[in-house]
Amino acid sequence: MGGNIPMKLKLTSIVLSAVMAAGPALADLVMPMLSYRTGAYAVNGIPFADGYNDYLTLMNERDGGVGGVKIDIQECETGYNTEKGVECYEALKGTGALVFAPLSTGITYQLIPKATADGIPVHSMGYGRTSAKNGKVFSNIFNFPANYWDGASIAIKHIMDLEGGDIKGKKITLLYHNSGYGKEPIRTLEELAKKHGFTYTGIAVDHPGQEQKSQWLQIRQNKPDYVLMWGWGVMNQVAIQEAANVRYPMDRFIGIWWSASENDTVPAGDGAHGYKGLALHNSGLDIPIYADLKTHVVDKGLAAGAGDQLGTVLYSRGMYNAFLLVEAIKTAQSLSGVAQITPAQMRDGMEALNITEDSMAAAGLPGFAPPFSVTCENHGGPGLGMVSQWDANAQKWNIITGLIASDMDVIQPLIDADSAAFAVENNIAPSCG
Amino acid sequence: MPDKFLFAMEVMLNGLMAGVLYSLVALGFVLIFKASGIFNYAQGVMALFAALTLVGIKDGQIPFAHLINAIFGTNIHHFGWHLPAFVAIIFTVIVMIGFAWLVQRFIFRHLVNQEPIILFMATIGLAYFLEGVGDLMWGSDIKKLDVGIPKGMNETIELLTYNRFGYGFFIDNLDIFATFLAVILVTVLVGFSQYTKQGRALRAVADDHQAALSVGISLGYIWVLVWSIAGVVALVAGTVWGAKSGVQFSLSLIALKALPVLMLGGFTSIPGAIVGGLIIGVGEKLFEFLVGPMIGGATENWFAYVLALVFLVFRPQGLFGERIIERV
Repeated sequence: MGGNIPMKLKLTSIVLSAVMAAGPALADLVMPMLSYRTGAYAVNGIPFADGYNDYLTLMNERDGGVGGVKIDIQECETGYNTEKGVECYEALKGTGALVFAPLSTGITYQLIPKATADGIPVHSMGYGRTSAKNGKVFSNIFNFPANYWDGASIAIKHIMDLEGGDIKGKKITLLYHNSGYGKEPIRTLEELAKKHGFTYTGIAVDHPGQEQKSQWLQIRQNKPDYVLMWGWGVMNQVAIQEAANVRYPMDRFIGIWWSASENDTVPAGDGAHGYKGLALHNSGLDIPIYADLKTHVVDKGLAAGAGDQLGTVLYSRGMYNAFLLVEAIKTAQSLSGVAQITPAQMRDGMEALNITEDSMAAAGLPGFAPPFSVTCENHGGPGLGMVSQWDANAQKWNIITGLIASDMDVIQPLIDADSAAFAVENNIAPSCG
Repeated sequence: MPDKFLFAMEVMLNGLMAGVLYSLVALGFVLIFKASGIFNYAQGVMALFAALTLVGIKDGQIPFAHLINAIFGTNIHHFGWHLPAFVAIIFTVIVMIGFAWLVQRFIFRHLVNQEPIILFMATIGLAYFLEGVGDLMWGSDIKKLDVGIPKGMNETIELLTYNRFGYGFFIDNLDIFATFLAVILVTVLVGFSQYTKQGRALRAVADDHQAALSVGISLGYIWVLVWSIAGVVALVAGTVWGAKSGVQFSLSLIALKALPVLMLGGFTSIPGAIVGGLIIGVGEKLFEFLVGPMIGGATENWFAYVLALVFLVFRPQGLFGERIIERV
């Protein structure tokens, strides 16, 4: 029996070492990534996760981390499933996680009270609860640089530009994923319909959206002047194919930024030519950062995926998300005077974030997206977007407009009302600082 | 003629076409259940796997390339060929036959005489295994499937209906193609079942395993045969659905569309799968068209099951299923 003790000690040591190696080192900046590389939405989740991971890996490999502290990427598979996303949060929150980027509106909604209570910031970039823009109520939730209500307003403004400023009497249909995400823009569109005099109609598509014949027959019969789409995953590909089938004019079919990637348009072939989508940022390989990514990440075999997604819209978005959070870390380090920041300091860094042309250029992303700053009153950024259009011949998205600002006269009252209701429900006294 | 009526006719026709697509998936379930009493949970994933294999072979993709690259530090992805669709389909059929043999050899051979629930559980395991292997083998990115299936509005039907009613009906060429495929498939399957030696053996096994064994029919052979046929049906379903949406994980979820069809048509009837598909297709489309807008839409997924449930209440064995009577 005595002879077994050293063996037990050895085994215990091995197990402990393995646990320590698997877990984050205490001196790292822990960055969780709630990704989905499996399931019905993996097609879109993979490039985003690759871009996010590769940018953070680049920081480690090229710059030795941020402020001299290495980043520890903790990826957790959610399968775009809200319950799994919450499990990931619970599993990772104790690791010193600085900020969560859930990549799901459903998960974001669940994390709002939890993360707020735990003092951990959540960044839902271009998704999530729109009224989280009001930082006086949602102290730990950030949704910069734009949200769904901005998206709805930007799409309507683009339509107004096309129609010479008058869309009174026009018929605009929203084809939406029948989920919290898909329903987000409805309220804004109803308000915008009142303001501009167009007729709004919503058509829901159930998960996953593989079969949309009824919806597109309705569209064919109703003949709306424009169709907006809030889709995700296979819903996008089928919708674009069905639009081509019923010969709906593609330049009158506009998707939110989550319905406007190469994955959505390529399967429909030439039929997708001219389809439009909103854009939060540029994409493509013609950006200086890719030289560094190739040298320090891809060529070293450290790329998160196969390296075949570089430059795509969703890879670019994941990379942009990581860039914004790295800049927030830098801001937090600068504010606190320490390199090893806490989640609370990260929150402060996100609230003081100032993205400038210079900071983007320094990161190898010159002109990639609009500059903006975050404040306590505005966790949602400037709400700017562009319109891009798919060129099936060149197999690429082209930005076809300048930056379009959302209609805050309509959106701000909605944000105020929704956030005020949340504050009452949760006994929150809105305040800054 | 009033617009509403014409629209409803158009919706009904499209419902029939959609029903054929559902039937294509349901057929695979029926074949395996009929021959072995196994409810094959993996049928949807088989459709995905078959479509992934078809695209992979056609485009010269190296199977398990990501895994090979990760282990050996290589950077290989493609063989550099683009095969004609016909050749790729033949190779894919061979792969599906190989898959059938593996399933029989390594799973069901060891589960003979087990309870149906055990066999069902085995197919659940098979589904998740196949899902993972498919991803590992061919990658999980979306793939464009172009095997020459026509797509888009059929102009002849549009013109004919316009001349007749003053409103041109929309029918997708892909749906018409799928209908022809389904007719051919059902004719071949029924012919095979009724007029060939193997078909008779298959029916004998379906009737009574023990009796079939006693007259020298090899259960293993029949199961490989039926899983191979189900694999080919999965390939047809995966190809048609993949042509609509690209080949991606969601293809495996088309099985959800087949379940109400099976409940309605019966688990043991090939014509039942077709008729069930048509009823579900028309029912869900008309309900969405007539009632959907009043209750917020997106009714198709649940209404198909409600419709199937209503039929179940009156005919538990489904419209064409065999009535099971157990006497004490």
